[in-house]
Amino acid sequence: MDGTNVLSVEGLRKVYGATVAVDGVSFAVRPGEVVGLLGPNGAGKTTTINMVLGVLEPTAGRVLVEGLDLARQRSRALERTNFAAVYAPLPGNLTVAQNLRVFGMLYGVARLSQRIEELLEEFDLLPFRDAKSGVLSSGEQTRAALAKAMLNRPHLLLLDEPTASLDPATAREIRARMRSFAAGECGVLWTSHNMYEVEEVCDRVLFLSKGRVLLEGDPKTLPSEHGLRTLEELFITAAREPLTLERE
Amino acid sequence: MRAERTAAVVLRQFYLLRGSPARVLPLFAWVAIDIVLWGFFTRYLNTVAEPGFDFVPALLGAVLLWDFFTRVMHGVTTAFLEDVWSRNFLNVFASPLKISEYVAGLVVATVATSAVGLAAMLVLAAAVFGLSFAAYGALLVPFLLVLFLFGIALGVVGCAIVLRLGPASEWFIWPLPALISPFAGVFYPLSALPPWMQTAARALPPSYVFEGMRAVVSGEAPPAGSLLWGAALAVLYVLLACWLFTRVHRQAVRTGLIARYSAESVS
Repeated sequence: MDGTNVLSVEGLRKVYGATVAVDGVSFAVRPGEVVGLLGPNGAGKTTTINMVLGVLEPTAGRVLVEGLDLARQRSRALERTNFAAVYAPLPGNLTVAQNLRVFGMLYGVARLSQRIEELLEEFDLLPFRDAKSGVLSSGEQTRAALAKAMLNRPHLLLLDEPTASLDPATAREIRARMRSFAAGECGVLWTSHNMYEVEEVCDRVLFLSKGRVLLEGDPKTLPSEHGLRTLEELFITAAREPLTLERE
Repeated sequence: MRAERTAAVVLRQFYLLRGSPARVLPLFAWVAIDIVLWGFFTRYLNTVAEPGFDFVPALLGAVLLWDFFTRVMHGVTTAFLEDVWSRNFLNVFASPLKISEYVAGLVVATVATSAVGLAAMLVLAAAVFGLSFAAYGALLVPFLLVLFLFGIALGVVGCAIVLRLGPASEWFIWPLPALISPFAGVFYPLSALPPWMQTAARALPPSYVFEGMRAVVSGEAPPAGSLLWGAALAVLYVLLACWLFTRVHRQAVRTGLIARYSAESVS
């Protein structure tokens, strides 16, 4: 986990009373790499993402964004980061263009008007520029949230189930777009329950179970390494019988 | 602090106001109703009271100043609650925005919204009831400033309460000015209060404003010393309120409340 990583997570732990939500998670994301964060509900994925976003303080461990300690240099670290999540849509009472302008200013985006135009076009949002975000369909809202996530050309992009509400054609388009974006200097941390998508997009996956990293590897070869045929089978096994995988 | 990020918080409030008459109307509608109600009441009192005492500046002036204070307090909390209502916490607090920039944005937005309310009240009070603050000139500025600062302080405390206790606790914060008003001596001198209430009143900056205004209205010299003390108290409360909000925000980050307010409905 040296300084070349866009994200280094070291010994991250989060405890709520007697409940250990995340238990010593460590991993890294390199530039140009898409890392899938997988696991059943309650495995600790969103808790981990919230800690990486700085909205949840770890009980122990640290998060480094391009070598910047999130706890000490929060603003500088978050200027290089952005995210989109199904549970964090843009405020519905502002138009798409207004939301992009407000968040563009929060992220200190240079030549903001030009950047907004680029993103409206790139995410097919030009017809909805002056529509209130709250009246858009869920797919359009997702595209608006993704446009916001790309505003500052982040070096670290966190996507929590980014295609969950999209139709298959749009989802494929978004995957291709994110994949090509990550081909540059950006590292992506991607969570999804769609194993087909994970296999198509991710260079590496981390399986979380009960707050710990259970498995890590290439999504194309990882199932066979554990005597299973597909990533989905591996996911189900990891969710139901994590101990059998740990023993291996 | 980066001015652009503070400006973004202000711009969001401007967009909300521009896009919604339902948000613009309360900026001056309720205060206008207060001025009309108290304006006619003072007119009536002037007709039945002994000649020589003018109720218009004493009562209507007090209503106007108190409404300005309430408007400031509600301005800060409403701007904050917009982020609560639209579940925008995660988007806002996962951005590079610092807490100091966020609070500064709420305050700057409140300067604009409270100025609208104040202008509406001044125009109405002068045009319909002949209450002209122009006679007091620049003398009015320190009085308004103390009320503005204390309104900001109370508004930031209201935000901290909602952040700590959850969105449903907004019902605690709307009546805060009403809870303070008996101690502030808005309509009566502090000497009318029992001793324990007078002691409490001395800790409240508005009490110095209303005592001072009463002195000015009755032709006495403005009590510079006590007004200065009220201003010092108001500044202290602003600092304490910002400290409290920062503490509560840290606690919310520690316990995960920021993320939960975005992800689900929390009572």
